[in-house]
Amino acid sequence: MTRNIKIKAAVIVAVILVCIYGIIGIPKSKDELVANWKKNIHLGLDLSGGTQLVMQVQLQDAFKAFADTSMDRLKEEFKKDNIAFGAMDRNDPGRLEDADKIEIDIKGVTGAQTGTFRSTIADQFSEWVLTPVNVTDYKLTLKPTEALKLKHDTMTQTMATIERKINGLGLAESSVQPTGRSDAEAELLVQLPGVDDPAHVKQLLQTQAVLEWDEVKDGPFTTREEGLTKHGGVLPLNTKLVPTVMRGGQQSWYLVSRSPIVRGTDIRDASAAQDQSVGRWETNFVLTQEAARRFERYTEANIGNRAAIVVDGQVISAPTIQSRISDTGRITGAANQEEAADLSLNLRAGSLPAGVVYEEERTVGPSLGADSIREGFRAGIAGLLAVVVWMLVYYRRSAINATLALILNAIILVAALSYFDATLTLPGIAGVILTIGMAVDSNVLIFERIREELRAGKAVVAAVDAGFSKALATIIDTHVTTVVSCAFLFIFGTGPVKGFAVTLVIGLIANVFTAVFVSKTIFDFELSGKRQVTALSI
Amino acid sequence: MELFKNTNYDFLGKKWPFIILSLILTAAGLISLALKGGPRYGIDFRGGALVTVTFAQRPPVDKVRAALAAHNLNADVQEVQGSPDDIIGIDVRDDKALQAARQTIVDSLAASFGQPNNGKYNINAGGASALADRLRDALQAASVPVSDQQLNDLAANIMDYRKLHSGLIHNLDELASVKGVTPSILNVIKQQAYPDTLAIVGTEVVGPRIGAELQRKAVLAVLYALGGMLVYIAFRFEWIYGAAAVIAVFHDTIITLGLFSLFNKEISLTVVAALLTLVGYSMNDTIVTFDRIRENLKIMRREGLEPLINRSVNQTLSRTVLTSGLTLLTALALFLFGGHVLNGFAFALVCGIIVGTYSSVFIASPILIFWHNFLEDRKRPGTGPASVAKEPVGVPKAPKEKVRGGAARVK
Repeated sequence: MTRNIKIKAAVIVAVILVCIYGIIGIPKSKDELVANWKKNIHLGLDLSGGTQLVMQVQLQDAFKAFADTSMDRLKEEFKKDNIAFGAMDRNDPGRLEDADKIEIDIKGVTGAQTGTFRSTIADQFSEWVLTPVNVTDYKLTLKPTEALKLKHDTMTQTMATIERKINGLGLAESSVQPTGRSDAEAELLVQLPGVDDPAHVKQLLQTQAVLEWDEVKDGPFTTREEGLTKHGGVLPLNTKLVPTVMRGGQQSWYLVSRSPIVRGTDIRDASAAQDQSVGRWETNFVLTQEAARRFERYTEANIGNRAAIVVDGQVISAPTIQSRISDTGRITGAANQEEAADLSLNLRAGSLPAGVVYEEERTVGPSLGADSIREGFRAGIAGLLAVVVWMLVYYRRSAINATLALILNAIILVAALSYFDATLTLPGIAGVILTIGMAVDSNVLIFERIREELRAGKAVVAAVDAGFSKALATIIDTHVTTVVSCAFLFIFGTGPVKGFAVTLVIGLIANVFTAVFVSKTIFDFELSGKRQVTALSI
Repeated sequence: MELFKNTNYDFLGKKWPFIILSLILTAAGLISLALKGGPRYGIDFRGGALVTVTFAQRPPVDKVRAALAAHNLNADVQEVQGSPDDIIGIDVRDDKALQAARQTIVDSLAASFGQPNNGKYNINAGGASALADRLRDALQAASVPVSDQQLNDLAANIMDYRKLHSGLIHNLDELASVKGVTPSILNVIKQQAYPDTLAIVGTEVVGPRIGAELQRKAVLAVLYALGGMLVYIAFRFEWIYGAAAVIAVFHDTIITLGLFSLFNKEISLTVVAALLTLVGYSMNDTIVTFDRIRENLKIMRREGLEPLINRSVNQTLSRTVLTSGLTLLTALALFLFGGHVLNGFAFALVCGIIVGTYSSVFIASPILIFWHNFLEDRKRPGTGPASVAKEPVGVPKAPKEKVRGGAARVK
């Protein structure tokens, strides 16, 4: 074996090891092997089963709400400044495209007050642009920068709310993201692996947040298991373990009472306010009369204990009860205005800032996904086996090279998907099938070339060399052409078409490596041992 | 073993019957497409609702249709091809109230073919967490000691069992074999739950706007990809090679689409993936042939283009037959045994491999010859109709070999 072959062999072994590590890690047991495999190989919803929703956020709702709040504030300010006006109203944009055409009309401002009126709006309502319609009537339109910000905020808040709601369902692998289509900024894609009842999820998204104040019995614990172990593995009657919302990747758990002290419906109002003396932000809330009586009794008995504010099954805050509270209370400890405002929003409703319209909904029951994987996998394996048998008959020992190259190709492909964190979907499998087709073709091309060279009377070693080098030109051409087409598919295609392109490109690169480099090295190795090679099993 | 040793078939001499066959197939496909008003798009592209249901005992399709019609649902009910015969697909094309349609289908099916629930939990619907929630208090009440973790595992195991049995549990006693189910737990399950005789295994609702969008994007992506390949091949060979290859691939796609229309099969997103596969496959095949022609042009400069192409096709015949045969084998296996989800996909692959292999020889190669002859006619004054006006008088006639080289020059 020459030095050259040794180096090549070392490269090949290194690639194999890196790939196998990428697929299964270093498992210590059979269970761990299966677990690592499941962790590294992500199956798309069409294979694993689950629900996918595409929704359009009705941004115009948020714009209308913003105009309504502004109108309330305007009326307040005008009252303070003694500005009289005839009427105030806003228009009603019905479609998403018209969202930023929102405007507020103010009519009947007397000439004498124009100056105050203008300065009030310029000072306090800088989000709006004031345009006079005639001597007494005015129109307010939203500044383009403010409109953009409002759109962005609405989308972020919608995503955060949806995320919190589905996380509350315990769906760990679910994701909420913009669909990313350039012409559809208001679209969100929600993926829920393992959910086969989308009606339930949609209902949950539409309902207001489920809010409770629960009695904290124990905690916080760093993990759920810690909480369980402390109570001997079985939770005390009428209690539950509830996680806090994720903050900076951190989460802790509280053991709380199953029946809440106060429910969301008991809260009449909530708002963020600044503490007059210290200047800290806090959240004020007002309870209904009936709840106030209950809350008074409870807080009186539990001063110094904690109560957990649970929204959609997640603890958003666990304040300590400082004093007896009846109908109004405040929650202190917010880090900034935003946090206090968020909490007040959650207390009020916690619902989506704008309505959503569902544009697409796909559910693949896990069994349908499992069936298609099983049948497709079986058929694919049967087909591949037939291919291998045929090649062995046709090319005899050389076919072993081809088979090894094929297997290695599959390993590299799977490992690359795992390293790139890519998701394997049905169209992706189409890419794999084309890869296998072209891999078989590469081997056939090479072998046929070697045969031709042998027929032309070349010696075995020379024929192998010539066969590989001549076939290489063809293989490069076919592969590069396909990679070029994949580049276009990736740039211009949507989800499934992209998935196809990605797996195909990975497969083709792996194929040039296995069919040309690996297979040639094996040939060289076989031929190098013998002094005079007169026959080749091909 | 060698099947094709030094063959010398005159492929291009017999090109006309095949080209005519291609034209007939293309025409048949196009006529079918025209008569049916375009391809039969799946709900991915046209929008609509599709519900896939599995029954313990499948009722006749007519009865299902009647049950849905009773709820004012104009649905297309079909047995799903290539699947165990207890699955049917229900397809509503109504643009309006798609969301409602899905729920109505589910409800009316449950009413007509399902079992009454009598306040019990349907174990063939819903997921693991719902099942665990339902059993938690009942187990506590029956004083069966189960921790939260155990309960969740138990529910997950039951769901796994359901998943492996086509999504339908026929009888609760089956669950005795599931890991973690003790006789006392099974008793509680029996008190709380019942197995319905049908299960919804898949639903898809696609709004018409998204459908149109997907269709536009997919077509655009494919056209750009074809353009990219044309440019690359033109760069590596000659532009006519690029054009010939793209025309051949286009021909394959049209014929496959035509076959889909003739066999009344639906074009779904998966089928689009298969069409992409066939484009890649056919292109691969054509380039292998072209590559050989290019190589032969270097070493056999004295031979005419037609015999040269013939020889190139013969030289690659063994490889063509073998590769196509092997890939066709896999595609056929997928078509026959791959299950209903992959059926349309595999059908496109089978068509594509056959047509794609054939088009390299009988479509792409003749185009090279036609172009070559056209150029030659133009350069010979007075013979070709195209040459008369354009050819300046007095240009010396180019030597034959050079013209040939010009038609298929090697870069």
